Amino acid sequence: MKKIHYREWGIESPRYWGILAILGVLLAVGGLAALYMEHNGHWVTGMNNQIVWGVPHVFAIFLIVAASGALNIAAFSSVFGKEIHKSLGRLSAMLAMSLLVGGLLVLVLDLGQPTRLIVAMTTYNFKSIFAWNIFLYVGFLVIVAVYLFTMMERKANKYYPTAGLVAFVWRLILTTGTGSIFGFIVARQGYDAAIMAPMFIIMSFAYGMAIYLLMLMFTFKLEGRPLGEKLLGRLKNLLGIFAAAVFYFVLVYHLTNLYGTENHEYEAFILRDGGVYTALFWIGWILLGLLVPMGIVFHPALGKTHGGIIAASLLVVLGGFVAMYVIVIGGQSFPMAMFPDKVIIESGFYDGVNGQALHYVPSIWEFLLGLGGVAVALAATLVGVRVLKLLPMSLEDEIVDPRQG
Amino acid sequence: MSDKIDQKRREFVSVAGLAAAATVVAPGVFLQATAEAEPRSEAVTGKVRYGMLIDTNKCVDGCTDCVTACERENGLDLLKMPEGADPEEWDRQRPRWIRKVKVKDRLTGKVTTLPMMCQHCEFPPCQDVCPTGASFRRADGIVMVDRHICIGCRYCMMACPYKARSFIHEDIDEKLTVAPRGKGCVESCNLCVHRRDNGETTTACQEACKEGAILFGDLNDPNSEISQALRQQNNTELRADLKLNTGVRYRGI
Repeated sequence: MKKIHYREWGIESPRYWGILAILGVLLAVGGLAALYMEHNGHWVTGMNNQIVWGVPHVFAIFLIVAASGALNIAAFSSVFGKEIHKSLGRLSAMLAMSLLVGGLLVLVLDLGQPTRLIVAMTTYNFKSIFAWNIFLYVGFLVIVAVYLFTMMERKANKYYPTAGLVAFVWRLILTTGTGSIFGFIVARQGYDAAIMAPMFIIMSFAYGMAIYLLMLMFTFKLEGRPLGEKLLGRLKNLLGIFAAAVFYFVLVYHLTNLYGTENHEYEAFILRDGGVYTALFWIGWILLGLLVPMGIVFHPALGKTHGGIIAASLLVVLGGFVAMYVIVIGGQSFPMAMFPDKVIIESGFYDGVNGQALHYVPSIWEFLLGLGGVAVALAATLVGVRVLKLLPMSLEDEIVDPRQG
Repeated sequence: MSDKIDQKRREFVSVAGLAAAATVVAPGVFLQATAEAEPRSEAVTGKVRYGMLIDTNKCVDGCTDCVTACERENGLDLLKMPEGADPEEWDRQRPRWIRKVKVKDRLTGKVTTLPMMCQHCEFPPCQDVCPTGASFRRADGIVMVDRHICIGCRYCMMACPYKARSFIHEDIDEKLTVAPRGKGCVESCNLCVHRRDNGETTTACQEACKEGAILFGDLNDPNSEISQALRQQNNTELRADLKLNTGVRYRGI
C-alpha cells in the first residue's frame, strides 16, 4: 500500500458554513421541540400510558445501533487485517462517536426528568441492562476516541491493533446491550427473545455501513477527492451482504415465533392484520429497506453507478428507521397477554379490548427532536472532518490496494 | 380608678401567663406528637408481606367504587386535563392505579369482571429493569417508586406484565401529602402505603368495596384473614407462567 495522506475537509468556507447552518437550524428546532415537551410534559406528544416509548426512541435506538455499526469499517482493518479498510478507519471512528452522541441526546431529552441525568450517572441498579448501557455508551466514546488517537498519532501507532480489538469487542457488547433492552422484556410477546441481541448487531452492520457510504461519498464528491470504483464496489457489496444477513435474522425470528402457537396472534398482528405496522413491515422494512437495496447493489449495471449505491444506502437507512418503528411501536401496540386464556372485552385502562392494537399517533415534536439528534450526529462528523485530518487525500484503487496498482 | 388599673393589670398578667404557659407546653405537645410518630423512622421489616385476595365472584359488573376510592385516596382525582389537550388523548395519558377489566374465557365464554392493579410481585420485573433503583420492593412486599430518583425512562412500564404503571404526563397543581407526585415520573398502586405507615389495616379500595370482594392483609401471618381465605379455596396468580409470585391473588378466574 502506498502512503496515505490525510487532510482536513477543504471545501470552500461558504459551502461548509452553509451546510452547518442548515444542520444548525435542524438542531435548534430539535432543541426547541425538546424544551416544549419538557416544559409542558409528555401530554403534548403522542405517547401515553400504553405506548410509553414513541418516535424519539425510534430515532435514538437507530442512531445508537448505527453508531456501533459505523465503527466496523475501522475494525475490519485492525481486527481482520483488511488493509484496504485502513484508510477508511478515521472517518469510521469519528462517525461512530457522532452518531452515538446524537442518539444519546435524543434518548436523554425524552426522559420524564432529563435534569436527573446526574442521578442516572451516580445511582445504579446493576440488574438493569439500562444501567449497564450507561457504562457501555460512555465507555464506547472513550475507547473510540483513544482508538482514533492511535490511528492519527504516529507515536501511538503501535497500540493501534490493540485499541482496534478493544473497540470492536466493546461495540459488540454495546449492541448486545441495546438489543437486550428488548430481549430482556419477558412481559411482551414481540420481545423476550434472545435473537434480539444478535439481530441488533447485524442490523448495526447494515445501517452503519449505509451511513458510512453516504458520508464518504458526500465528503469526497463535494471536495472532488478521488474515490476508487473498486473500493466503492467492495463497500457496496458488503452493504448488500449485511442487508441479506438482516433479512435472514428477521426470517428466523418470525419463523421461530410462527412455530409456537402462543405467538400466533402476535405474528398475525405484525405480518397480516396490524394495519400500519404490517404495511411498514412489508413495504418499509422488507421490500424497500432490504430487498430493493440488495437488488440494486448486486445488479450488474445499477450496482456500479454512484446513483445506485447512494439509493441503496438511503433505502437501507430508511428501512432501518422503519424497522425500529415496527419493533419499538409495533411491539408495544400489540396488547399484552395479561390473561392468556381469556379475551379482554372491557377495560378502564385501554388494555387492548378484543385484541385491538393500542393507540398511538406520533406528534410533530417527537419527529423534530429525533431529527435534531440526526443533525447533531451529522454536524459533529462534518466539524470533525473539517478540523482534523480524518479524510484521505485520495482513495484511488491503486493507492488503497497494492494488488490493483 | 386604681382598682380598675389593678384589674387590667391582673388580666394582663393572666393572659401573659397563659401565653407563656402555651409557649412552654406547645413544644412538649409537639414533641409528644413526634414521639407518637416514632415507628415511621423504624425500618420496614420482612416479617410481614402485604397482599390482597380478590374474589371475582363478588365483584359487580359496572361498579367502579374501588377505582373512585383509590383516586380520591391518592389524589388522582385532583389531576386536571391540561388546557388545549384532546380529551380522548388525555384519557389515555392520565394515571390510573386501579382499573376494572372484564374478561371472557376463550373456551367456556364465562365472563368475569375484576379490578386490576400492581400485583406486588416477589420478583418484580419493574425493579429488575429500573436503571437507578427507583422502582423497588419494600421489605414488607410493597412494590413502589422512589420518586426522588425516578428519571422517567419508562422502562418499568415496558417491563410490567400487568400494565400497572402510569407516567405523569402533565404539570401537577395540587397533590396530597400522602401521595406526592410530579411531572415526568412513574407511579402505581402502593397498597396505600401511607396507611401502612400509620398503622391502619385496610386499603381505600377494600374499604370502598361494598361486596367485600377485596381482602387485604398479611400473607406471612398464617392466622390473618387473608391467609386463611387463601388456604380455604383455590386462587390464581395472573401470568403464573412468569413465576413472579404475586402478592395479589384472584379467586374465581
